Amino acid sequence: MTDKPPGTKYPETKILSRNFGVPESWTLKVARERGAYANLEKALREMTPDQVIDEMKKSRLRGRGGAGFPTGVKWGFVPKDSDKPVYICCNADESEPGTFKDRYLMELDPHLVLEGCLIAAYAVSAERIWIYVRGEYPGSIARLEQAIEEATAANVLGDKILGTDFSCDCVVHSGAGAYVCGEETGLLESLEGKRGHPRIKPPFPAVEGAFGCPTVINNVETLSHVPWIVEHGGQAFADQGIGPDPDDPKSMGSSGTKLMGVSGQVKHPGVWEFEFGITVRELIYDYAGGPLDGRKIKAVIPGGVSMPVLLDEELDVKMGFDDLVKAESGLGTACAIVMDDSVDMVEACENIAHFFADESCGQCTPCREGCHWIEKIFRRINAGEGTEADLDLLEHLFPQIEGRTICALAEAAVWPVRSILVKFRHEFEAKLVKTPVGAS
Amino acid sequence: MIDITTRKVEVSIDGSTVLVDPSSTVLEAALEHGVFIPHLCHDPDLKPTGVCRLCMVEVDGRLLTACNTPVVAGALIRTDTDAVKETRLGAVELLLVNHHRGTVDCAEGETCELAKIARLLEVDETRLKRLRRSDQTLDVDTSNPFFHFDPNICVLCGICVRTCDEIVGVGAIDFVKRGIYTTIGSAPDAQWIDSDCVSCGECVVRCPTGSLAPTHHEVPEREVISTCTYCGCGCGIHLGVRDDRIVSVRGVRENPANEGRLCVKGRFGFEFVNSPDRLTTPLIRRQGKLEEATWDEALDLVAERFSANRGEAFASIASAKLTNEENYLIQKFTRAVMGTNNVDHCARLCHSPSVAGLVQSFGSGAMTSSTKDIGDARCILAVGTNTTAAHPIVALQVMRSLRQGGKLIVINPREIELAHYADLFIQNRPGSDVALLMGMMRVIVDEGLHDLEFIEARCEDYEVFRESLAQYDEALVEEKTGVPFAQIARAARMYAENSPASILYAMGITQHTHGTDNVLATSNLALLTGNVGRASSGVNPLRGQSNVQGACDMGGLPNVYPGYQRVDDPKVQAKFERAWGVELHSTPGLTHLEILGGVTAGPIKAIYLVGENPALSEADASHAREALEKVDFLVVQDIFLTESTEHADVVLPAASFAEKDGTFTNTERRVQRVRKAIEPVGDSREDGWITSAIAKRMGVEGFDHESAEEVMNEIASLTPQYGGITHDRIEDIGLQWPCPDPSHPGTRYLHAERFPRPNGRGRFFPLQYRPPAEEPDAEFPLVLTTERSLYHYHTATMTRRVPGLEKLRSEELVEIHPRDAEALSIASGDRVRVTSRRGEVTARALVTEVSPPGTVSMTFHFHEAPTNVLTNAAYDPVAKIPETKVCAVRVEPAS
Repeated sequence: MTDKPPGTKYPETKILSRNFGVPESWTLKVARERGAYANLEKALREMTPDQVIDEMKKSRLRGRGGAGFPTGVKWGFVPKDSDKPVYICCNADESEPGTFKDRYLMELDPHLVLEGCLIAAYAVSAERIWIYVRGEYPGSIARLEQAIEEATAANVLGDKILGTDFSCDCVVHSGAGAYVCGEETGLLESLEGKRGHPRIKPPFPAVEGAFGCPTVINNVETLSHVPWIVEHGGQAFADQGIGPDPDDPKSMGSSGTKLMGVSGQVKHPGVWEFEFGITVRELIYDYAGGPLDGRKIKAVIPGGVSMPVLLDEELDVKMGFDDLVKAESGLGTACAIVMDDSVDMVEACENIAHFFADESCGQCTPCREGCHWIEKIFRRINAGEGTEADLDLLEHLFPQIEGRTICALAEAAVWPVRSILVKFRHEFEAKLVKTPVGAS
Repeated sequence: MIDITTRKVEVSIDGSTVLVDPSSTVLEAALEHGVFIPHLCHDPDLKPTGVCRLCMVEVDGRLLTACNTPVVAGALIRTDTDAVKETRLGAVELLLVNHHRGTVDCAEGETCELAKIARLLEVDETRLKRLRRSDQTLDVDTSNPFFHFDPNICVLCGICVRTCDEIVGVGAIDFVKRGIYTTIGSAPDAQWIDSDCVSCGECVVRCPTGSLAPTHHEVPEREVISTCTYCGCGCGIHLGVRDDRIVSVRGVRENPANEGRLCVKGRFGFEFVNSPDRLTTPLIRRQGKLEEATWDEALDLVAERFSANRGEAFASIASAKLTNEENYLIQKFTRAVMGTNNVDHCARLCHSPSVAGLVQSFGSGAMTSSTKDIGDARCILAVGTNTTAAHPIVALQVMRSLRQGGKLIVINPREIELAHYADLFIQNRPGSDVALLMGMMRVIVDEGLHDLEFIEARCEDYEVFRESLAQYDEALVEEKTGVPFAQIARAARMYAENSPASILYAMGITQHTHGTDNVLATSNLALLTGNVGRASSGVNPLRGQSNVQGACDMGGLPNVYPGYQRVDDPKVQAKFERAWGVELHSTPGLTHLEILGGVTAGPIKAIYLVGENPALSEADASHAREALEKVDFLVVQDIFLTESTEHADVVLPAASFAEKDGTFTNTERRVQRVRKAIEPVGDSREDGWITSAIAKRMGVEGFDHESAEEVMNEIASLTPQYGGITHDRIEDIGLQWPCPDPSHPGTRYLHAERFPRPNGRGRFFPLQYRPPAEEPDAEFPLVLTTERSLYHYHTATMTRRVPGLEKLRSEELVEIHPRDAEALSIASGDRVRVTSRRGEVTARALVTEVSPPGTVSMTFHFHEAPTNVLTNAAYDPVAKIPETKVCAVRVEPAS
């Protein structure tokens, strides 16, 4: 962990983003000049698949899609003796509101993404990489497809890669506009050509994933970390960022660097890379320029829209997996959404609730029906037709939805709005129907 | 905690310790032990999806869905904690508020699972009101003639979607739209009827709320278990009866042939029984017109005229729609009373090559496997069978095999539905099956994929067969089949390397002038790879009519007595003479075509035609009609007036299958009960009664059975395969023959240890390729092949009296490839004239790639366009089956 000298900004650490801004960084020529595929070659020639997995475990790299599951452990779940093909699936369905970090990687350094995928494929003996890209990212799709073409021509992808016995191809699959397809099993269903309904687990994808075959699904950013870990070793990665909590044996900490973004009502929205350790406030004020002139920050969702909000006075928490959980929020995608004091929090709730009600795939009763009712209740409160009983009703609905469904979309639908209701209850009460004193 | 003998494990459910099967889920375990866990999306036939979220229970303190959580020894399961109650109540409330019938006191409470659960959980109406009910009303989809879909009361359990996918294999429907707008359909805002739905209604019967419900619904007063009268699948059905009418049909779950499943005809196709068109009184032709008569008048006339035409002037055509007992009586009448072996039936036109061929190679001419075992095959070779259309319930087993990872090879000139599921689809020229199958066998032998051990131990004539393979080289096979040899080689390997492999075939194999050779090619292939005598293997001719297997078994054939005992075997003759107390004849009788031919150029003067309609179904139907017109005395016994009754001298009104007792034998040799559900309509009589009444009027004995059961006892005493079959034994579940004695459990698959041939060995046959009798030329440049529609049956006398089926398919369509259509300036919907050397018909065209270039196809269901006027009566020299699958035609726009 880097300590910040007094009076200076928390420094950026450019590992994933080291090629951002380099002219033509997405071409194989430039990428190779800057070291692309050297780590693939190292893995293929100097390491066994198990050694790669060991380094991943040592790195304590946690999934960057939002759930934070340890990547090396996930890879270790793939059966070694499967008679079926094994797949790597790169989750590039970046649909979380306010989140655009993976897009930077795919557009500006697609060869880094590919190299990470290939090393992962080598580690779990996969024969194919699927990259499932959000359909609204045609730029990313074009850059990836170009990269695949160039990489295949250069024999860093395809048959007998770099003259070794390892062969692996890569297919880009475009999504069609459903948020829930970013959920790993919804993604697999969609990849198979079916409706994106998340699957009941177990079986987990590592055992039975795409087309019934063992599949490792990792986020774009997660996979992009892999080449560096192969180059420098897992320990070097683990030494970065926030170490595990010595008082908690289960703690994994937040190792390495992370792409973090800010959007919403700030002066300079963007994406930067830091070792874990920067606080939410530093990120927003030192990098995103703080609130617009004359405005004050009212609420921040630290990662996408699916996490509980933090108030301005709560922003000194570090952007880290465990730290934000302790602050009763979550890291999510680490792309913060900032709302200033011009925002009507009831309207914000209606907006968020609408998003989740619209994106609910519709299979689980509590989510399909519940998200709709949440939206409906917020709408009527907003319209000045809500009553005190509606607030109770919301509190009654939340636990019936949260944790009662196949995937986590329902939780994501509850967490932000419930935290807003708790922290800004007065704004809701102010909009309720005014019942004259004495009226029944 | 594991019981060693039963392998059951101990778990605790709400404090009581119970033993459960370790493969069961928590939900199954609880239900088995009488603990009800509310559930909507669970169906025992389907994989769990856990979406309704009602079956939440606590397992070792964790809230989990019971339907997909496996039991683990020692698990503490609670279904009654506050957390469980709260969560399930929450889900039910959420469902109810968007459910248009959503009140606890819903009138549909008896049939709607949601209403039942709401009552059980004591849902509080006032709590529902707080959510403020939705007022969105969605249109009810009434586009399907047999059932409707009301999205307003749908709980989106997805059972219909999974049924269509996992059981039927069609996948016509899915969830559409998202969130609260989620509904069921084929596409957003598309109508049900425009989907790939095959209207089988499997989804309807599983719908928990009645959102999918039959359009015509009457609650039956009682139900009678019987066997479906349509195809040879032989599905068990509950016939629902009200006011002496058939008002409903349900599949019998316990029946191994269908396990409760039905197709569109089997579920919705029984309105014909109570059709106002039913014949209700005998008719006698007087001054050229059929007039109503009494039974006495009709029977006297028939007895008199039959008496005057005994011997070779007489012929019976028995029926694959009648029971075994009735077919037995007809052949007995023909042989014992009329003194001739001139008895045949429509099996001649469908599966006579199967009987002729498989008897030679295996010693027995029936499907070797059981229907259910097909689903466990590792490879299925479906050649010349449009299984989803003609044998829909067998097709479900094909789907089951596929779901288990089995390989499917489809060989068919037409790109049939099954082709879309196949690992390998081979589109060969019509009539080229011998070349194709022998080509496959050559690859198998050349690559050493044959089962030499099996061949050595169980077969004969291998060497001479192997030598005959030499001619089937790449050049010949490609030339005859039009298929690249590499594809044929792939099929050979796939079939040989995935054992057990089942061959399924139907008319595409048999209805050729070399139909018997085709059948022998399939038996060669099975013998070569050791795919006989084991479960899920074998050669499986799929029989077309409900009792075509039985009609053959009963000796409704000119050369054999019941049980395929040859009429020219003196010992057999003596046995039947003894049993029947008459002298019998050792000369085999005439076959179907020969009987009709025998009218114009032979001895036939009188015909007893039962339950068949050769005026439409016979190849070269114009000639058949001429014969029917010309014969001196024609008696037609049927349930409707048909094209054939137009030529009858006497029409005898018969009872339908729903009005009588007896047995049918299905395609898997299972003898099953047919039961009287209602009284015969009008003054119609059971066919068995009619045949016996004629015999009695002719003053003979041996036709005074009191019941069908008595007839079956006589059959059992004379028919070795049926020796152990009595109505008592098949009260609940049918028995598969051979069942030689009363303690025999029946035979699931044939030839396990030996083939029923004199030396016990399966016999190989060397085969020569022979082209179809008629090939396209300049004048008739296209091949016409015949097919079946899922929605109709045979000459459609029954199915066209079911308005819903008529709506789903109401006319003949000439299916023609776009290339040929373009050359002839024909578009879909245009009326076209199809002409062969024998006649012409007009019908509308359907331009489709299902038909290959150069080939057109038609059904033979529609009297307005009698396809068989075109077909060729040239026949197979052994089985005497006409070549209805190939003839040469010309197609042109009909101005």
